[in-house]
Amino acid sequence: MEQTELIPHLFRTEYRKIVAVLSRLFGIEHIETAEDIVSDTFLRATELWGLKGLPPNPTAWLYTVAKNKTKDLLKRDALFAQKVSVELKYVTPALEEIEIDLSRKNINDSQLAMMFAVCHPCISEESQIALSLNLLCGFGAEEIAEAFLTSKDVIYKRLNRAKEKLRIEKVKIEQPTLPEINERLATVLTTLYLLFNEGYYSTSQNNTLRKDLCLEAMRLTLLLTEDDKTNSPPVNALLSLMCFHSSRFDARINHQGEIVLYEDQDTNLWNSELIEKGEYYLKYSTKNKPPISKYHLEAAIAYWHTQKNDTIEKWESILQLYNRLLQIEYSPVVALNRTYALAKANGKEEAIMEAEKLNLTGNHLYHSLMGNLYAGIDNEKALHHFQSSLSTAKSTAEKVIITKNIKRLST
Amino acid sequence: MKDFLLVFRNDYSAAPKASPEEMQAVMKQWMDWIGGIAAQNKLTNAGNPLGSAGKVVRANNVITDGPYSEIKELIGGYTIVKSDTIEEAAALAHGCPILKEGGNVEVREVIAM
Repeated sequence: MEQTELIPHLFRTEYRKIVAVLSRLFGIEHIETAEDIVSDTFLRATELWGLKGLPPNPTAWLYTVAKNKTKDLLKRDALFAQKVSVELKYVTPALEEIEIDLSRKNINDSQLAMMFAVCHPCISEESQIALSLNLLCGFGAEEIAEAFLTSKDVIYKRLNRAKEKLRIEKVKIEQPTLPEINERLATVLTTLYLLFNEGYYSTSQNNTLRKDLCLEAMRLTLLLTEDDKTNSPPVNALLSLMCFHSSRFDARINHQGEIVLYEDQDTNLWNSELIEKGEYYLKYSTKNKPPISKYHLEAAIAYWHTQKNDTIEKWESILQLYNRLLQIEYSPVVALNRTYALAKANGKEEAIMEAEKLNLTGNHLYHSLMGNLYAGIDNEKALHHFQSSLSTAKSTAEKVIITKNIKRLST
Repeated sequence: MKDFLLVFRNDYSAAPKASPEEMQAVMKQWMDWIGGIAAQNKLTNAGNPLGSAGKVVRANNVITDGPYSEIKELIGGYTIVKSDTIEEAAALAHGCPILKEGGNVEVREVIAM
């Protein structure tokens, strides 16, 4: 890898690791100090490597410099050292002998601890996602802003407010205990789920960034499966769901960056390796018949979508899974998807009758669904619904699809 | 939103023995019906079917076995739905598969204490 690519690459992979380890060492009050140290380290790398060329082992070099910078700071700033030493669990008589452990195990433990700290219920879900992207994935405010389609300032404020809140609440960055895991794992999973969806369904045009969001969500979920305490059935089900969805990543976006609908996708572009991984985690998630979570049901629905042929069994299974999913958690999108499956399994007439009971006439996705259901039965009605949908759809990508549907009907 | 109990009654003694395929088909109707109520965000609790054996306990330790010869209709199960009015709850019951089997649905408001 060329030097110009290496530093951004290392920044993406190593920044978050060192930040997690140092933050855990210093405590939540000093996350910014940890971030400053790591930023300084990278700045120094950029200067020095540009002049003198790459060191033999760049990662080890970064770790050593970050360690030395930390020790220097502790020596130089007695006040900070005093504050921090209260937090330190393994205080040594001489602060310069502090062990800064950048082993793989401690990095993973620290990231896990950080994950549970960031997903604290005292901050909102959108703050949890932003903070996860920042501290756990090494995303800058600008990238986060692009993913959320908002401004850098908004994200800066959101991040700072969230960090401040964690400080006030004295949230600890430490290995979560079993009761804490039981209490907070659901929140952690929700955040990872939303993080993944942000990448998968985001309206941002930046395809690389969206893929990165999905990969990061998967990496963090994988981290949870690697620790016995957090390797629970819902975690595996969520990872399975992510594998199935991302198997279609390359098929669902065409060269023009437009969304390709499921039925129009080139199935040769589906990633069979990810599908197999998804099947593995799904199987593991149901070992010993645990209670079925919404992630289990969503993963099973996603599994059926990886089956290319439109069989009766496929749509009947999807319909029943949606029937169960709605009993665990209602959402308008799931209600609409269930109605689509109903049309596939029981016929369009029944689905139209059921759709009319949903009371979702204000939702543009409802009108898109109705357009699809009426197409071929009553094209005038179908057109009317697609037009309602077009007038309220928000994203350009959706408008493109609806316009295509209208064209298809008009010809 | 108020909760309403839907009680399913049918004369089960008259029911002919169903084949596995028929049973499967009936089960699907029930699951689709419940799923349809959930899709309207009007399901509080899917409820459960009830077993056919039963006992009736009366004062002075008098316990008799069901089924009850004097009642043709047995309670076969229940579901709890939510809606603003009892009329709306009754409308939800219209699609209940038990109606096709000759049974009926009783709709009662659950009074929150």
